[in-house]
Amino acid sequence: MRKIAVAIALTICGLVLLFTYPTSTGQTMAAADALPVALPPNQSSLSSGRVSTPAPGAPNTSTGSGTGGASGTFAGSTTDTRYGPVQVQISVTGGKITAATALQVPQESSRDVRINSQAVPILNQETVQAQSAQIDTVSGATYTSGGYITSLQSAIDKAHVG
Amino acid sequence: MTAGLEMPRRSWVEQIMGMPISVHLRGPDVRTAVGVGRVVAAVFEQLRQVDLLMSTYRADSEVNRLRRGELTLAQCHPSVREVVGLCEQARQRTDGYFDARLPGGFDPSGLVKGWAVERAARLLAGVEACDYYLNAGGDIALGVAAPDSPGWKVGIEDPRDPTRILAVREARCGGIATSGSAARGAHIVDPHTGQHPEDLLAVTLIGPTLLWADVYATAAFARGADALQWLRTHAAAYEALVVYRDGRVSAADGVDLRSFNDS
Repeated sequence: MRKIAVAIALTICGLVLLFTYPTSTGQTMAAADALPVALPPNQSSLSSGRVSTPAPGAPNTSTGSGTGGASGTFAGSTTDTRYGPVQVQISVTGGKITAATALQVPQESSRDVRINSQAVPILNQETVQAQSAQIDTVSGATYTSGGYITSLQSAIDKAHVG
Repeated sequence: MTAGLEMPRRSWVEQIMGMPISVHLRGPDVRTAVGVGRVVAAVFEQLRQVDLLMSTYRADSEVNRLRRGELTLAQCHPSVREVVGLCEQARQRTDGYFDARLPGGFDPSGLVKGWAVERAARLLAGVEACDYYLNAGGDIALGVAAPDSPGWKVGIEDPRDPTRILAVREARCGGIATSGSAARGAHIVDPHTGQHPEDLLAVTLIGPTLLWADVYATAAFARGADALQWLRTHAAAYEALVVYRDGRVSAADGVDLRSFNDS
């Protein structure tokens, strides 16, 4: 049964990739941006401050390609953002990110603290979950038929049609 | 939590009310059960009927005839009267941040979709032993058949890049609605100022009903920068996720998510 789940996830990934522009291949399901993560050198990828899934061709991908992969906990370097310094730590098992924790977040005002206390758990959860592409449906601002063609929902619909 | 992906599942998509509408059913017998196709056809048919009655793009819809004074409210279809009543209720509940009385005349479009989709989804709830969802252009009504059914994993789209998911919530019943300017440009107006609000990119609400999730998401988007605080007092039963124009993302706290979020 596990194989079936993986196959379906791969199907969805494949469809998603078909419908996205080429430059987005490594980041289609990436979680949240604005929080930079430094991954170990052999895993890529630090691109424009985004938490990214490994780039195509990197030794460890999120699709379970079976190439093994590094394990351990890695702290990113501290990066100054417009809201203050941010540092993120990730745990990697078998080449997959299994947890993400913010070691340092901006604490300038009570409002920031409140927002961070909410936003960080979202990032943590999503970094783990979004990699699997195992979502059933997508909520977003109302799209038209044109937007639907390239939407994740369209890919999910196609995976189950009939 | 791969059970939901392993279970037999079917999807249908039709273009109604100017947007793609997806139905998904999931259950052990979904491919063999008698009558599934009939129920799904009835769902789409009901939505088409609502469009005929209430679309502002159809000159002969009852809503347009009401606007032109060719019909009185009392002469309208009971569904139209219900929607008109709900629009007034929505205006009162949102301090006027949701208002169907637009400069161009009465326009219930902002409420009709949520109302219609939630109503049509009730037909799907009648399919035995099947989990269901109905996704109309990004607004979703959903339910699961049994207490031990896995929830639906709902990805919340990044308004800056619709190919990316900002958050995932597991939901077992109720509605999820997102209001924003990403897909169709600026179309939400702050009824108090007549301006297009610019503080936010998107507001997503998750809670007991799609109708009210949609209304409160639209109102909160119009409200702008303090949407989260406003939602806490006006829509306390709903979990909210707000994406600000400067890229920050934050969620309302203090919400009991036990029935909507198992993860």
